[in-house]
Amino acid sequence: MENQFFVDSSRLSKKALERKHKLETDPSSRTNHMEYMDGMEIINSDVCDNVMSHMKSYDYTKYTVRDVRAALDHETCSINDFKALLSPAAEPFLEKMAERARLETGKHFGNTVYIFTPIYIANYCENYCVYCGFNCYNDIRRMKLSTEQIEREMKIIADSGMEEILILTGESRAQSSVEYIGEACKIARKYFRMVGIEIYPVNTDEYRYLHECGVDYVTVFQETYDTDKYEKLHLLGHKRVWPYRFDAQERALMGGMRGVAFSALLGLSDFRKDALASALHVYYLQRKYPHAEMSLSCPRLRPIINNDKINPLDVHERQLCQVLCAYRIFLPFVGITVSSRESASFRNGIVKIAATKVSAGVSTGVGDHEEKYDGRASQEQGDEQFEIADGRTLRKMYSDISEEGLQPVLNDYLYV
Amino acid sequence: MDNDKLILGGHEFTSRFILGSGKYSLKLIEAAVKDAGAEIITLAVRRANTKEQENILDYIPKNVTLLPNTSGARNAEEAVRIARLARELGCGNFVKVEIMRDTKYLLPDNVETIKATEILAKEGFVVMPYMYPDLNSARDLVNAGAACVMPLAAPIGTNKGLATKDFIQILIDEIDLPIIVDAGIGKPSQACEAMEMGAAAIMANTAIATAGDLPLMASAFKSAIEAGRKAYLSGLGRVLSRGAAASDPLTGFLRD
Repeated sequence: MENQFFVDSSRLSKKALERKHKLETDPSSRTNHMEYMDGMEIINSDVCDNVMSHMKSYDYTKYTVRDVRAALDHETCSINDFKALLSPAAEPFLEKMAERARLETGKHFGNTVYIFTPIYIANYCENYCVYCGFNCYNDIRRMKLSTEQIEREMKIIADSGMEEILILTGESRAQSSVEYIGEACKIARKYFRMVGIEIYPVNTDEYRYLHECGVDYVTVFQETYDTDKYEKLHLLGHKRVWPYRFDAQERALMGGMRGVAFSALLGLSDFRKDALASALHVYYLQRKYPHAEMSLSCPRLRPIINNDKINPLDVHERQLCQVLCAYRIFLPFVGITVSSRESASFRNGIVKIAATKVSAGVSTGVGDHEEKYDGRASQEQGDEQFEIADGRTLRKMYSDISEEGLQPVLNDYLYV
Repeated sequence: MDNDKLILGGHEFTSRFILGSGKYSLKLIEAAVKDAGAEIITLAVRRANTKEQENILDYIPKNVTLLPNTSGARNAEEAVRIARLARELGCGNFVKVEIMRDTKYLLPDNVETIKATEILAKEGFVVMPYMYPDLNSARDLVNAGAACVMPLAAPIGTNKGLATKDFIQILIDEIDLPIIVDAGIGKPSQACEAMEMGAAAIMANTAIATAGDLPLMASAFKSAIEAGRKAYLSGLGRVLSRGAAASDPLTGFLRD
């Protein structure tokens, strides 16, 4: 069953509602999602063609038990083996896949699990992405932190013991300029050992500027690699331009970033094809930039404010686990992050098999760390992007990981 | 045997086992150090540079020499900066130079490693470079002032053993510095074999970190390394490498 994404706020003007409905119902009212907008840098890269040709020709129904067995027997997992491991034929082999994945994780990461936390510094957004709580038609409390507020929030987070931070914004250049984000990153460097960003895609020179401000890791979620589906979900704004988003990680590396993170939002389209494309995006970029550090996430759709019906459709925990094990077997060297969108029990289990990084002390709202960490609401707050499922604090996460016999790591990083 | 010491940068060590620490639970490090009899333990500066309450430094006994590594460095310049930071953090003068431009296999970059070794040796560091076993590079490392040469046996973390055996043997035969086999050693028997070949020491991490009982595996490595060393020192017996030996000597016809 398809998700029911469209929600009308009673506070929208008649004109705004008309525009919204037209975008939703009349494809001709929407811009060409494959065409770059003014100011968007075009790089010459063959990565996209390589990824898309595999994805388009991927028929996961043709893989059999025999292919899956062969894939698990091979010492090195080929692209075709990976396709078999992602197929429905591999579902009965989940335990075997988990065993192999655990072995590979151990070889490359030992028993370490990294911990980080996100901080949303603004939730203004110029896009209409129908599944996202920040979308410009959703009636939520908007907020952008001042530099003083950013510093205060970061200090509270750092005082909890956290050493790695991921700075996020809604996707609005007008409200959250590159310079504004750069200032936030400079503040973050005072409090944290490692600073990453998850913001709207920017050009190479802007990534270079942000790197100089102290950022070394860039996360961009492609949401879905299915361009037709993407067009139907991202109806308005610069985020609508699919190819500019696809090349974001490569521009970030060209701009001097140490590492990049990738993901599809599982549940938006055919998750097996999206998982294939996400991993191949990493695979081909790694061949081109072998020095770069890479990581994969695997978020599933979550309910948002004003729409609690949004869900990850056919991606249940078993399917998610299959995807993560296949990622690990195919790309044993990449980091795998599992966010607080997933439950504590899932995260406790998956860090023993494939995941190497989890978030803790998470808020997807703006300016509410003081309330969430210390129980004091001292300032105005912006609403959350989505509901989280695992609200564990850093202290709790740290002790839970330790109790599982794993080694929690807060920092594995030097800005050189 | 009692006088058989491993000498690195003028420092004497009795143990020939260097323990990697990157993949352990901290609480197991102390036991592993003890059971392996290790006198040198590596430490990733990128990991040690933390506010974390449970700092790895707290788990390393005081009589053990710290060997900070430059893990995370992508070129000589970064490795030099990390080494200097290690010294500032109070980790002493030893440094293991690791430079990787490849995040998939983590293979060392010999060219950059030679450059970093030269700079750091001049600054008074005891430089232990991790390298791909290439004779020309090893000679350059000697000239750059390295205290030893640390060739990889197999890609790191793979536990595949002496995949580069023939090339490591060439280094052992041709290089006058200690050859310490690093990366890829997966079993005590492989460590023993490398020691029989004449390696000066073994470094391992994953093989122990992924064992069921860490202290027991650490102790197994200790025994294997000692056995291999004794065999090397005693002179291995005749090995028939190609076919059987002729019972009538081929040169039996020679008269004077």
